[in-house]
Amino acid sequence: MTDVLAGHTVTVSLTVNGTAHEVEIEPRELLVTVLRERLRLTGTNIGCETTSCGACTVLLDGRSVKSCTVLAVQVHGRDITTIEGLAGPDGLHPVQEAFRRCHGLQCGFCTPGMVMAAVSLIDEGRATDEKSVRLALKGNLCRCTGYHNIVQSVLSAAEVMKEADA
Amino acid sequence: MIPAAFAYRRAESVAEAIELLAEYGDEAKLLAGGHSLLPIMKFRLAAPSVVIDLGGVGGLDYIRADGDEIAIGALTRHVDLETSAELGAAVPLLRHAASVVGDCQIRHRGTIGGSVAHGDPAADLPSALMALRGTVVVEGPSGRREIPIDDFYLGFLETALGPDEVLVEVRVPRRGDRPWGFQKFRRRSIDWAIVGVAYQSEDGGGGIGLVNMGPTTLRAATAEAALRGAAAPDDVAQLADADADPIGDASATPEYRRHLARVLLARALAGGAST
Repeated sequence: MTDVLAGHTVTVSLTVNGTAHEVEIEPRELLVTVLRERLRLTGTNIGCETTSCGACTVLLDGRSVKSCTVLAVQVHGRDITTIEGLAGPDGLHPVQEAFRRCHGLQCGFCTPGMVMAAVSLIDEGRATDEKSVRLALKGNLCRCTGYHNIVQSVLSAAEVMKEADA
Repeated sequence: MIPAAFAYRRAESVAEAIELLAEYGDEAKLLAGGHSLLPIMKFRLAAPSVVIDLGGVGGLDYIRADGDEIAIGALTRHVDLETSAELGAAVPLLRHAASVVGDCQIRHRGTIGGSVAHGDPAADLPSALMALRGTVVVEGPSGRREIPIDDFYLGFLETALGPDEVLVEVRVPRRGDRPWGFQKFRRRSIDWAIVGVAYQSEDGGGGIGLVNMGPTTLRAATAEAALRGAAAPDDVAQLADADADPIGDASATPEYRRHLARVLLARALAGGAST
């Protein structure tokens, strides 16, 4: 039974982008603030802080979550992937590559969250057609693009990844 | 925006969670997926002095057949309901209701137990449990008890759960391929329902649950009685709001909510499932 008094700190272990970290934090600290302010991984953006906009989306054990609505203490011992962890030694992740190819961004603020959400939804088999991609991306707001090129990016990435798997 | 400071306890079992609840009583809140509790803590609408994290409790994440019922562990996440072929075959209404909760990221975290125990009248899953005549199983110091969904909601965010009890399971009867409908009306796809209606056909009638038509999830008892009396669907739909007491807010006036309930029940009775 872990037991932490109010205002006191607790040691949380988490693996971020393949690297193990230990952070000394208050239980009330959000995953997104720990990622940005403690680990200096500022690729994950803070937009609304109310579970609406999706800018803070990261992968928790491979599935997309909004890191503004997860306490860092809740993910003790778990595996996190942020936008910084997507590209491999051979270059960009296929989803990143597709966003570039299809012009799936304008100002770029929503893009890290959009890309992480896309990685998860493609992996879950939700990128079957335009309608399912739009439904699966409804938790990520973009105020620039009108979504058209974002949806095309996700469909294009899903196609590329399917061919690579075949 | 972060919650006010709280003491943090992590339970490794239901028994430990009950012990902790007995120790802290009303000062404590249980934390599962956190997608109901954390938002209201950030807004200071809730400021529990102790948070008991159920994240380390194993064995409460399951969907299994149990006689004529399907038993679902309280820590089962919405995404697991949404993607369960077994649930889709046995209780398609509940599978569908889970698939329209929030968005993918929210469904990856939120749990059925958390949604049901929170007691928000705007939540989707409780209306499905109402239409299905489901049961909530809770565990406390003196063991388990089963609470019919009709007796579970007492008021706004208020349930029959005792201060030292943990919601451990939700049970729903198998409905197989009987007709059902689920309608969730909102302006943007990620919003809470302004009004929602869940309908499940059953022997000699049907169950009807209403979202956001009063301080709690409601049963449309008058409309159900008309269904049992074999009234025409359009006439049944006109009774959707007969037992409701909807509020007016920024999204809708009470009159508009009543109108929506009638229109949405007509669609649900016709088997409509909104996405």
